[in-house]
Amino acid sequence: MSKGARATLVVVGFAVALALVVYGVVGWMLHKPPTISAQPSSTPGVVNVSIQVDGSVGTGPHPSWVGYRVQNANGQWVRTTIIQIPAHSDVHFTVYQYDSGSGFRNPVWDQVAGTVGGVAYLNGKPATYFNDQVGNGIGHSFNVPALGINVPFAGVNGNASNFCTAGPCTMSQLHNTITFDVRTGNPGSFRWQCFVPCGLGFLNGNGGPMTTIGYMGGFLKVVA
Amino acid sequence: MSHNALDDSRSVEATRKVIPKLIALWIVTSLIASLLVWFVLGPHLPPGRMTDQAAGAQFDIRFVSTLVPPVLFFIWIFFGYSLIKWRVKPGEDPLAPAADFRGNSKAQGAWYIITTVVVLFLAAFGTYYLVVPAGAGGGEGPSPIWTPGVKNMLQVQVIAQQWRFTYRWPQFGGMETTSIFLPVNTEIQFNVTSLDVIHDFWAYQLGVKADANPDVNNVAFTKTQQLGRFTVRCDELCGVWHGAMYNYGYVVSQAQFQQWATQMETQNAAVTKLLPKYSTTYTPSYAGNGGGYYPPQDPNANL
Amino acid sequence: MAIDYSKATGTGSSSGAPGGGGGGLLKPSIITAIIGGVIGWLVGHWIGNSFTQGYQQVQGSGSNDIAEILGYIGMVIGWFAGLGALNYPIKKMFGAEPEADEPVTEKGWTKYFRYTLDHKTVGVQYLFGMLIYFFTAGLLALAIRTELLSPTYHIWSPDTYIEIVGEHGTMMMMMMTSVVLGPFGNYVVPLMIGTKRVAFPRLEALSFWFTPISYFILLSGLWQGGFQSGWTGYAPLSVQQGVGQDTYILGFGLQGLSMVCASTNIVATIINYRAPGMSWSRLPVMGWSMLSLGFTMILSIPVLIDGLYVLALDRTAQTALLYSGHGGSSFLWENLFWFFGHPEVYLLAIPGFGLVAEIIPVFARKPVFAYKTSAAGFIGLAILSFFVWQHHLFQSGMNPDMRPLFMLTTELISIPTGFIYLVGMGTLWRARIRLTTPMLFMLGVYFNFLFGGLTGVYVSDVPINVTVHGSFFVMAHFHYTIMGGVIFAFFGAIYYWTPLVTGYQLSEKLGKIHFWTMIVFFNSTFMPLFAVGLLGMPRRVFEYAHRLQFLNQWVSVSAYLLGASLLFFAITFVWQLAVTRRPTVRNPWGSRSLEWFVESYPPPAYNFKRVPVVLSWPYEYGDANALPVADIVNETKDLDPVGRA
Repeated sequence: MSKGARATLVVVGFAVALALVVYGVVGWMLHKPPTISAQPSSTPGVVNVSIQVDGSVGTGPHPSWVGYRVQNANGQWVRTTIIQIPAHSDVHFTVYQYDSGSGFRNPVWDQVAGTVGGVAYLNGKPATYFNDQVGNGIGHSFNVPALGINVPFAGVNGNASNFCTAGPCTMSQLHNTITFDVRTGNPGSFRWQCFVPCGLGFLNGNGGPMTTIGYMGGFLKVVA
Repeated sequence: MSHNALDDSRSVEATRKVIPKLIALWIVTSLIASLLVWFVLGPHLPPGRMTDQAAGAQFDIRFVSTLVPPVLFFIWIFFGYSLIKWRVKPGEDPLAPAADFRGNSKAQGAWYIITTVVVLFLAAFGTYYLVVPAGAGGGEGPSPIWTPGVKNMLQVQVIAQQWRFTYRWPQFGGMETTSIFLPVNTEIQFNVTSLDVIHDFWAYQLGVKADANPDVNNVAFTKTQQLGRFTVRCDELCGVWHGAMYNYGYVVSQAQFQQWATQMETQNAAVTKLLPKYSTTYTPSYAGNGGGYYPPQDPNANL
Repeated sequence: MAIDYSKATGTGSSSGAPGGGGGGLLKPSIITAIIGGVIGWLVGHWIGNSFTQGYQQVQGSGSNDIAEILGYIGMVIGWFAGLGALNYPIKKMFGAEPEADEPVTEKGWTKYFRYTLDHKTVGVQYLFGMLIYFFTAGLLALAIRTELLSPTYHIWSPDTYIEIVGEHGTMMMMMMTSVVLGPFGNYVVPLMIGTKRVAFPRLEALSFWFTPISYFILLSGLWQGGFQSGWTGYAPLSVQQGVGQDTYILGFGLQGLSMVCASTNIVATIINYRAPGMSWSRLPVMGWSMLSLGFTMILSIPVLIDGLYVLALDRTAQTALLYSGHGGSSFLWENLFWFFGHPEVYLLAIPGFGLVAEIIPVFARKPVFAYKTSAAGFIGLAILSFFVWQHHLFQSGMNPDMRPLFMLTTELISIPTGFIYLVGMGTLWRARIRLTTPMLFMLGVYFNFLFGGLTGVYVSDVPINVTVHGSFFVMAHFHYTIMGGVIFAFFGAIYYWTPLVTGYQLSEKLGKIHFWTMIVFFNSTFMPLFAVGLLGMPRRVFEYAHRLQFLNQWVSVSAYLLGASLLFFAITFVWQLAVTRRPTVRNPWGSRSLEWFVESYPPPAYNFKRVPVVLSWPYEYGDANALPVADIVNETKDLDPVGRA
């Protein structure tokens, strides 16, 4: 092989290696779930976030996993856990909880915390805590450690005929509606997670969806 | 030691004269550096003096750091001198033999003895400062052998779970909080456990670190001596949110602590009733309720 | 003393890899191995899926660890079948009498893509294999540093980040054990001890061919949800993880098998295949380090493999050995892992020190100082390394009464480590020093390892350990010992032996640019991390205190520059070997060691025409009248190494 041919081969080799690295990084490693912004409401200074929690998200690489969906401006339910909300404002969360429930590993998460008035409304009824050992238990929870927010979402009867088996779920299917308000402070990116061990089939119920962003954990992005 | 050095600069006589000078240089430089480390850097070394154990750790780091310059300078001076002095000169035959000796029993013997003595001393030093400050703030497992010997210590149970710490207070009705306040000038016993994987309770400014293992009570002691804020971080990799598993705590006056604890007791009263009875460890059911691995045919479902 | 058993004399002309029948693409090579691997994976995966239907865990999690693991096992079997590695043992098993000693004379570059029994080919395969490992894991390190540019803004998703951390650590720890033994132990040590072949060429070849498949399996984890347990894989977190954790088990386990194969071969070769006259007291220091390394590996790696097997059982058959609640204990994994893991980190230091003590006398023109002490140092490190593992578990909640003992044994390890400094200082004293590129790298090892060693005292002191355990301080400490030690020695060895291995001389100027940029940016990257750790930053986090942002940014920028220095090496190294190709002169460094007195560079098949008789110690640099190292020196010293007239 001539010197020129060898040089060409080396250059091509390095280019291929570089292309593989860029493809690996851009094509896969940078992948994140989409960010959905809060929607304006009719009341000034208040924004709305609508969330549904599905027992099976129904789409994507893990359709059988539990997960959150957030409603975008067009009314579509997008499978994500990254929610963008404005700083120094009231955020009104409406959660449609379609999954059956169980207990917490630690019942301390029964307590509602960090919301306006320290209360959350289950189907319109206010409560400061929800007992995870009664009724259908707790389906999932929304916990933002840095903001001190903790809201448990009561579960529904998993044996009902109109139980939602694959997301996105519809209003005609069995659900609980949980509402609460949060007063935001300074901008920042705050992680949140669920404390119900809902990663079925994983030890402690804490693998799979619990450890993958876009299912049972994500970020609350508070922006100026 | 054979003696067939081929030029003057490498002769035994020439080098024998320089050794005392190098040693003098070593003593002077390392003395200056060690004094600087002890007096200038020392008081600012982590982790501060918020507790007896933190102050002990600071003293240990300060002491060991003071021993570092003599070692560094010894190696640097002898390597440096050799590299400058005996680097091959232009015009010299680079492949010509230098000196022909394969060892020096005095130098080797001194080296073996000095390193051994230093190492044994360090081990004794470390053992003393481990045992005397009640385990030096480290987790001692369920049956600690180095204890402060104080009765009625403030009991703080640290419950780690993926991915938050909570704190349980058996002397305050078994309430559980997500925040942690500690009274100053108080001997504290941390009982660290986990509900799932291995975590680690690292209260940096308190000089406390103890792994949180499921079904194990890991005990660590500390005595607060300064007011202020401390950071609690998880220090064993515990999964996706390991990096975000932290919170802040406060050492406050004893009166403020009583006030905070009473307020928390009232505020959490409803949920405290739902908690399991206080215990050194907790095993949430493996039968789906609380996180299953074998659902629904868990052989231990009814444990 | 070694007897020459080989039938061939190095002049044979037959070609073909083991069991090679046909020609072209079907001749066993990496291509048939890949085909075999794919078929094997499909079969294994199918079996796994077919008999685990109805498993609750599989249904609930949407993933099937049994199929995953059986798929990989099938892939490995298919891979080796495709390589032709199974032909010889299978023929033997059925009573056939295959050619006992397949030729190792294949010419051309294609032999590097085959299962070959030539230790020199395996050495070169290892060199490039380990470089690919190193650069892949190095890129992952840069990905980690990119995330840590900001305390709160996230480049990667947190799950991706922690998977990158685990991949970086596991990949680096897998390659570091083989980074000296693989390329230089396999290539140079047989030449140094004057043998025509190694004791177990099939084991040696097998040990290399495990590494590409374990690389592929481990890296594929990133595309399967990764593993969030880091390279330490602490249970029960590693039991909880998804199928990505299986790539950790298989990747690490296969690399463990590779290490056992490689070390068995090197130990047997050094003990049995030394040339006449190569007595224990004349064995090169490198040989002593490889021997200590080999024994330590053979004794410690099976514990890792056992631990991984237990972990695999917990994950697939749903035993409960590694977590409480059903009778197991998470401490079991911690102990099994570190009983391997601590000897392992000395497996990384010993070969680095071996290279240092081997190469420094060449550029000092003096005998290695305190030869017996250096050998004793390696053996001391190897033995002590089995008695220190619980220092990783000082805060773990184990019974504390053993802590003073483990503190003592850990600090005792400073004594044999100190021997290496004694050897270096004594060898340089009254020497005639040439600061060539390999010499600079060896001196760099002494400079860097000093910080690694001294901070080891902090880490081993239990009261200080309370503050630094699991922090960036520990992380900086072991990067100083591993990267600052063995990797610097590795690069020095590349510069040193490339003329022998390839027949081409590398540029001193480019080599020195590489050295100076690498040592400056290495220290600039890892020195601040001691402070970062002492100031309270735990390892493997993606969020940290704002007050540490400046230091972290400094480290990240330095890491990019360190990466640039290594990229500079990669480009200049490949360019000089593939394009400029400057032929070397014979024995360019003026070494006395036997490997340089082969007939040509690279050495011919079977190394020597006849087994040399060793006449003297290889380090007689101080005595102009010393006998040559072997009787072949006078026969070969005037030959042109690369066939010039």
